[in-house]
Amino acid sequence: MKRIIFFIYICLFTFNWGKAWSLIEVDITRGNLNPLPLAVSPLSVDQNSKEKFKDLLKLEDIGAEISKVVENNLRQSGLFNPLDPKAFLQKPDIAHVKPRFEDWALIKAQALITGEVKIVDEKLRVEFRLWDVLAGKEIMALAFTTVSENWRRVGHIITDKVYQRLTGEKGYFDTRIIYVAEEGLKTSRIKKLAIMDQDGFNTKYLTLGNELVLTPRFNPTNQMVTYLSYFKNLPRVYLLDIETGIQEVVGDFPGMTFAPRFSPDGKKIIMSFAKDGNSDIYTMDLESREVEKITNHPSIDTSPSYSPDGKYICFNSDRSGYQQIYVMRSDGSKVKRISFGNGLYGTPVWSPRGDLIAFTKLHKGKFYIGVMRTDGTGERLLTENYYQEAPSWSPNGRVLIFYRETKSDSAGKGFSAKLWSIDLTGYNERMVKTQTDASDPSWSSLLTD
Amino acid sequence: MSLNKIFRNTLLVFFASILLSACAVKTTGKMQGDVYTGKDTVEYLASGVPDRVFFATNETVLTTASRETLRKQASWLRKNSKINVVLEGHADERGTREYNLALGERRANAAKDYLMTYGISGNRISVISYGKERPVDSGSNPLAWSKNRRSVTVKAN
Repeated sequence: MKRIIFFIYICLFTFNWGKAWSLIEVDITRGNLNPLPLAVSPLSVDQNSKEKFKDLLKLEDIGAEISKVVENNLRQSGLFNPLDPKAFLQKPDIAHVKPRFEDWALIKAQALITGEVKIVDEKLRVEFRLWDVLAGKEIMALAFTTVSENWRRVGHIITDKVYQRLTGEKGYFDTRIIYVAEEGLKTSRIKKLAIMDQDGFNTKYLTLGNELVLTPRFNPTNQMVTYLSYFKNLPRVYLLDIETGIQEVVGDFPGMTFAPRFSPDGKKIIMSFAKDGNSDIYTMDLESREVEKITNHPSIDTSPSYSPDGKYICFNSDRSGYQQIYVMRSDGSKVKRISFGNGLYGTPVWSPRGDLIAFTKLHKGKFYIGVMRTDGTGERLLTENYYQEAPSWSPNGRVLIFYRETKSDSAGKGFSAKLWSIDLTGYNERMVKTQTDASDPSWSSLLTD
Repeated sequence: MSLNKIFRNTLLVFFASILLSACAVKTTGKMQGDVYTGKDTVEYLASGVPDRVFFATNETVLTTASRETLRKQASWLRKNSKINVVLEGHADERGTREYNLALGERRANAAKDYLMTYGISGNRISVISYGKERPVDSGSNPLAWSKNRRSVTVKAN
């Protein structure tokens, strides 16, 4: 009996303890119409560091700039409502040491982020704290050092930590998007590989636009990318190391290879190979260069994507007569159709959480981005438009990025291609800003864990 | 069953069959069904030898007109045995990119197979798919899409 009472006591204690620590918590499983109001106090910078940063980075106030990155990230997530810094009553340096919670409560902030940046040994050192305003206590404190050029990433890392502390799930802010930048007439479009930070900054072009390039995808374990290039008018799957710029063709196939993607461990590429009017799915081991044929069917089999445990593959096939989604074991056995709704289904992508498959659906002249369980049940359409396709998951499996095209006349007037993102909940649909028109986005893993 | 009811059913069947036959072959100016039949974008490999054939949505089947075009191409290729060709397969913009690449490849191969049955060696024909990447008509309408669903025969040398 005593033991039972003791056990109950422990339960109660842990329960209460948990609750005390989660006064503010954000539910990300539902559409959030009441984003959490919070204050991102500009990070404080001492005069000496401020001057040095000004020389190094040409920024007036690096503290305020990093805070803006955090603020923007949190706002874009749709879960938080960062308050206008003009309303802040307390100075950044004092707030970071000892916030006057009444002042922050007055402007309705439920959480507060404060911090300090300085130069230490020619490097940028940041220290930040997350405060629960209502409970009046610090709930997280962290410091790290990096090269000054990485100052935007500092903002992304802070956002990831705050997001994780308040939602209980990993963030997706210190990530990059690789995509195809588009320019020119629709009939002779110029396409280049481009990479940018998740928030649209630091865009870099990786190819010159001399040949058509399509469908870049990140290796989930490193900075390699696989994509389709029409180099020398031979459409083949290529591998590109973003750090070194070295490219190589994948495998020695006597025909078009396309629709590449990495396996979750990053060691294989899975893709389609088309020959004599038939497309089948193949894998190539990047180390041994061994090629394996996975499907063997006279229909079109394409757009393969592995489950995160590597045991299954979902893919697109028209073996039933029209484009549908199928799942099979990674050796190609036990093929099973999972899409049975009205319309055509394409571009299946397995969620990094493993439980869902995102897809593009075409029905009655409209295109949808949707998700279904891996057995095909629970289909949910998130967004409808004239044309949109190719969803890619954020590394935490909470957001999808895809591209959308507009209608045009015969001269191409009115045409545009843009990246969009939407939460798994179907809320928080946003255009992702890019310097040019854009398509085929692929989301990287978190750069720092 | 009352006479009235029988009459009504007959009438229904009658109207239904009229409707169906109206749907079966819908010719709207430059399209039959949704296959392009016009000449707007067509170029010629030689006098009287059109360079391209058109397809229905999501289809790779060669129409009667397409087969006629390909027979002309085959006889032209027989007469000009030094010429090699590339068949460029295309899809319209109303499909996902990767599937359309496969579809374009399948369309070009449908044309290649037909040329081969008319005696043209497979060594003289190469195939490339552009999926939906190279439309000839930028319009977002059924007529434009029908022009874009095509396989074009291009001289390779």
